[in-house]
Amino acid sequence: MSELSIDNISMRFDLPNGGVVQALKNVSIDLKSGELLSILGPSGCGKTTLLNIVAGFLAPTGGVMTLNGHQIKGPDAERGMVFQQGALFEWMSVRENVGFGPSMKKMPKAEKKQTVDHLLNVVGLGDFKEKAVYELSGGMQQRVALARCLANDPDVILMDEPLGALDALTREKMQSLVLKLWKETGKTIILITHSVEEALLLGERLIVMAPRPGRIHKEYNLPFAELGVDADLREVKKHPDFGPKREEILSMIWDMEEEIMGRTEESA
Amino acid sequence: MSGLIVLAIYVGIFVAAFFIITRIASRTTRDYTSLKTVTFGDESAVRPNRAAGIISILTIFLLWGMFTGSSLLPSFLHAPGPFIGETSFDYTAEANGQSDTATVTVIVHPREENPTLDEPTGGDGFAKNDIISVAQWRSKLVPWDKNDDISKSDGSQVTAINGQSVNPGDTVNVTGGSVTISDKGTPNFKPYNGWQMEPLYLPAPETVVDRTIKLASEGFRGTSLYGHLGWSLFRVVAGFLLGAIVGIPLGYAMGLSNWFRGWFDPIVEFMRPVPPLALIPLVIIWAGIGEVGKIILLFLAALWIMAIAARAGVSGVNISKVHAAYSLGASKWQIMRYVIIPNSLPEIFTGARVAMGVCWGTVVAAELVAAEKGAGMMIMVASKFQNTDIVLLGIILIGIIGFGIDMLMRMAEKYLVPWKGRG
Ligand SMILES: Nc1ncnc2c1ncn2[C@@H]1O[C@H](COP(=O)(O)OP(=O)(O)OP(=O)(O)O)[C@@H](O)[C@H]1O
Ligand SMILES: [Mg+2]
Repeated sequence: MSELSIDNISMRFDLPNGGVVQALKNVSIDLKSGELLSILGPSGCGKTTLLNIVAGFLAPTGGVMTLNGHQIKGPDAERGMVFQQGALFEWMSVRENVGFGPSMKKMPKAEKKQTVDHLLNVVGLGDFKEKAVYELSGGMQQRVALARCLANDPDVILMDEPLGALDALTREKMQSLVLKLWKETGKTIILITHSVEEALLLGERLIVMAPRPGRIHKEYNLPFAELGVDADLREVKKHPDFGPKREEILSMIWDMEEEIMGRTEESA
Repeated sequence: MSGLIVLAIYVGIFVAAFFIITRIASRTTRDYTSLKTVTFGDESAVRPNRAAGIISILTIFLLWGMFTGSSLLPSFLHAPGPFIGETSFDYTAEANGQSDTATVTVIVHPREENPTLDEPTGGDGFAKNDIISVAQWRSKLVPWDKNDDISKSDGSQVTAINGQSVNPGDTVNVTGGSVTISDKGTPNFKPYNGWQMEPLYLPAPETVVDRTIKLASEGFRGTSLYGHLGWSLFRVVAGFLLGAIVGIPLGYAMGLSNWFRGWFDPIVEFMRPVPPLALIPLVIIWAGIGEVGKIILLFLAALWIMAIAARAGVSGVNISKVHAAYSLGASKWQIMRYVIIPNSLPEIFTGARVAMGVCWGTVVAAELVAAEKGAGMMIMVASKFQNTDIVLLGIILIGIIGFGIDMLMRMAEKYLVPWKGRG
């Protein structure tokens, strides 16, 4: 049984000046429980819009989504979200941030403490429990965001460029962490990224989207995520299929970008 | 004239202190900022120079002391003071072809004294010696012919002062002052004023201090000094608290609901630019000059500021924080309690600081217009009786309290919202 079903979703924005943006057109994705999906696409192809719809922040103009058989109508703790940055609560300590979800559902204190302590150890922030979040580095803050999301034990985790604001080294460590957490927790994860390498590494499945209207362009099934769970990610990148796949997808996106540029030049 | 001298001394100290202090300081301080080579244009590298701050304040007191002849300063630092004591000048009168010279003795006394004068003696011709007294900073027409054998109405006329021949309108400098012949031919003695300010306009610092001590023990107009300041403070705090209690929820409602936003936006946007001072007459008409009127005024002064601050606090919340909270299972009420309110606290504190400042200014102004107690009333009444020292001490205390309020608010802010600006 497929857990998350995105069926024929469309989204159009009516602009105040009378124009219309078709951000998504007939997007369908079926995700099985525990699958790791990465979504890649040129800027403006509707990735964030899609994720916001799945999270329940936006109602689509067409189509239905179901999770475990019931329809998605709004935000819910069953679908956790990790943002690029700025979504931690700076008025709370690291511990309070991670314990936010459990507090909202009035989880007993002892149980909450156990969950929070465990998750902070998992993401390697055991020594920073009482720190204010603004005292942490960007990478540490994203680890807090991951732990906060996991503390709620959601069925699906949605990540919108969670590592986009990090430097290359921190980013690589965080990619390993995401893989490790995925394997350990068995969560269904949708991850949006701008980086082709990241999409290859962090996707059992990879969807490339095309813009105007935003739609699914191509889909891949990849072995790299599974390999990366135990191996060094740099080793994974040396896999004979990795380079060719990267080049293929890069030139695909490059072509789309060029098409967009050409179109805007024509219309100008 | 003496204004330019004050300015010149002020600029002189500013420049001299700058060169001296920076010369000393550049040799001693060595920290990160001092290693920055680009400081001009880097605002973060501009820090208030502590020495400059101290010298700046001392300079103000120095100038104040210099130009009021303060006893706190050694007298060689004083600006030339006004003449005081006894002096004299001669006048020559001519009548019926004969001329005679007599002496006018002038006693220049402080304004609050009134010396008794000896009877003038001497004067061998028809002109007789005179004795007059004149207060500092004032001048006096000399009734020279009152005791003369030939008076002005009989044809006598002053033709020279200290041997220098004069016509009406001429001025002759004499020891301790100057003599001007009036249009009607009467000498007018004006003592030398020096460069100092008349105490009526600017009392010396120690006078203000003495007055403060005196007021602190005796009170002013039946209320102690603390009473006056306390009443002003009480009005501010009461008005501000009422304004905050109503304004903050109003601002939240405006930030969270279309209906509230639509309903109150025109009112708030209209009231925001109306200075609270402009409401004083209306409030007095409606509520009288009593406490109710004043607190209503301060309530109105604080209300819009707090409402706008709370509204800004809500609209300033990063939408991904709200989204994150919803995805973590928070209810609307929990979003309010754990996200929107803490996120808006920094804005609300900023608003509260502004509101307290405005309220403090407004209460003083309202008390100037009408009050029986309060700091503003104190300086208003004192000014009517020309008690400049009370006016000055009132202004200084008002400034200190206003500054103290702001400092307290800042400390509270630092303690209560340490995350301000760190999101
Ligand atoms: N609220 C909105 N109103 C109007 N148009 C919108 C709105 N949100 C998104 N769009 C449009 O929808 C399209 C898709 O936007 P979206 O943010 O989903 O792109 P994206 O793929 O996430 O881009 P990026 O990679 O830059 O984050 C864009 O053309 C954008 O201009
Ligand atoms: Mg005479």
